[in-house]
Amino acid sequence: MKIRFIDAEAPPASRIFENLAAGHGDHPLDRYLKKGRIPHIWCSGCGNGILLAAFVKAMEKGNFDTKKTVVVSGIGCIGRAAGYLDLDTYHTTHGRAIPFATGLKLANPKLNVVVISGDGDLFAIGGNHFIHAARRNVDITVICSNNFNYGMTGGQGGPTTPLESKTTTTPYGCSEHPFNLVYLAKASGAVYVARWTALHTHELRDSIIHSVNKPGFCFVEAITPCPTAHGRRNKLGDGLSMMKSYRDNSVLTTELDPEETAIGLKGKIAVGEFVDIDKPTFMDMYDECAICRANAPKKSKKS
Amino acid sequence: MSSKAVRTGAHFMSGDEACAEGGMAAGCSFFAGYPITPATEVAERMSIRLPQVGGVYIQMEDEIASMAAIIGASCAGAKAMTSTSGPGFSLMMENIGLAAMLEVPCVVVNIQRGGPSTGLPTLVGQQDVMQCRWGSHGDYEVIALSPDSPQEAFELTIEAFNLSEKYRTPVVLLSDEVVGHMTEKVIIPDSKKIKTVSRKLPKKKPENFIPYAHEEDDVPPMAIAGEGYHVHATGLTHDELGYPAINADAQERLVQRLIRKIRNHVEEIIRTEDAFLDDAEIILVSYGCSARAAREVVETARADGMKIGMIRLITVWPFCERKISELAALERVKKFVVCEINAGQIAYEVERCAGGKAETILAGFMGGRIFTPEELYRVVREAAE
Repeated sequence: MKIRFIDAEAPPASRIFENLAAGHGDHPLDRYLKKGRIPHIWCSGCGNGILLAAFVKAMEKGNFDTKKTVVVSGIGCIGRAAGYLDLDTYHTTHGRAIPFATGLKLANPKLNVVVISGDGDLFAIGGNHFIHAARRNVDITVICSNNFNYGMTGGQGGPTTPLESKTTTTPYGCSEHPFNLVYLAKASGAVYVARWTALHTHELRDSIIHSVNKPGFCFVEAITPCPTAHGRRNKLGDGLSMMKSYRDNSVLTTELDPEETAIGLKGKIAVGEFVDIDKPTFMDMYDECAICRANAPKKSKKS
Repeated sequence: MSSKAVRTGAHFMSGDEACAEGGMAAGCSFFAGYPITPATEVAERMSIRLPQVGGVYIQMEDEIASMAAIIGASCAGAKAMTSTSGPGFSLMMENIGLAAMLEVPCVVVNIQRGGPSTGLPTLVGQQDVMQCRWGSHGDYEVIALSPDSPQEAFELTIEAFNLSEKYRTPVVLLSDEVVGHMTEKVIIPDSKKIKTVSRKLPKKKPENFIPYAHEEDDVPPMAIAGEGYHVHATGLTHDELGYPAINADAQERLVQRLIRKIRNHVEEIIRTEDAFLDDAEIILVSYGCSARAAREVVETARADGMKIGMIRLITVWPFCERKISELAALERVKKFVVCEINAGQIAYEVERCAGGKAETILAGFMGGRIFTPEELYRVVREAAE
């Protein structure tokens, strides 16, 4: 067979870098963003930008080494966050950010590995990976932007869609019970679990700093407005109205049992830090159980 | 010299164990897998061996996660592998595509069993050959090697790592239950005599580095996480900087290069074992365990005066197109007999490359056992009549 592809020459290096830095550096936090990647793709009123900003501020305040901090994301609106950050970033397949991050972390334990992804990615297609990484206590931080639906594909129902909530695939109201992510994370073995809304920028930032510094599997849920899809279909108003509802309905608590923190379509949202415990990480136990024993001097048969 | 990673000496071991030892000798320091018959012994051996060299063995929650984990580990600079069989191989397809797209070196061992579905967990098949080539969606090239003995399982696992590092691509060791579970003498050479290849690393400073620049051999150097290069790797179609580029131009440039980096090097990659091709009128084509029966048939048929030759595919993918076409074009070559434990997979390739100039006959067996030389000999004798 004779093959004839059309000509497709790569541009010269000079053209690749041309105009890449235009406008970059106007904001002091630009140093955490890759050149030429802004504007982002998110809708107006979306909370993902706020979450990205909280992460960037955590990088700054936490004084995290940009050389050693790696962000892995899955697929979905917030999955694009990885590509904006001036770090080593990996935008993987749908649901697979956590096992990818597990490989990165275990192959180089010196890295700070952070997964930033959405509720559908982490808890539907990737749900199994979430619970097993938490069970193993792999030393990674998982940040979930929970907007209660699949925004990227236009607003379908998902694993956190509240009962009776309308989406493009639950036109009469959602008939499935949703996950309570705080409760799920705790039950799966996470050593740190926090929930905030997009309104709680400082708390989000501080929870991210704490998670990255804390050894073990840490989980931060960020309730994020999606006015374009979930908000519109459920008459929750524009982005600003949704933020106002977070202000009016968030209840800060450390007392509440995670089981009692489920979120409905409307009503109160329990926010705060729900779990903060210490236990050996996967690598701690692997070093102790496998590496040390495999390399221990052999006992003589006589003993 | 023997070392913790390279167990120099003569051993009596199974093909599965030899795979694991090949991985160790190649410098593998990360293994993620999931138990599955008949590949479990690869994982078991790795769970013993990797801690001895400070490497990581992890049993993941499924094969999807295993494949994702080895890609992640490879991005952090480790040589990484996994092992599985048909059902797990199906689950790995998604992230094999990711490894191809991100150009991440890694090795996937598939100890083939009979299918479809759960099929024959403990018994042989060679039915994943086309899945290996085309299983993940979209256009990509794959390299697959097929050993016919535990000794070769050891050697080809090293070769698989070397090719994956050289071409920044996932490489499949396409073995089978017979070779995997057969126990034979395996000689592991002196560690100094084992050739290992490591991926090209960037020479430019991070600010001048273009992660997916078009190099002469189409294989760009790979920046490792944690080295300050701040690369972005995405499964989306991307431009030379690695940034998402959802347009036809970027797609042409990227996918053409992914294809080209293998197709332009097929002559260096492809290896076959050939016998009696100088005068052969009938040529037996086989690979993996099938080659063991084929070899005996060639000897018997030669003794009976038949002008038969043999090609054993050591590299299954890319397929040895040129060799088959050139042989088919010869007046004396009348027929190719392809013996494989499936309903026809490599046979289609042979027929395609023969282009009607020589006849292709499939000696197909559905699996559960390796065919006997006598069964294959009957097909060859019919072909000769």
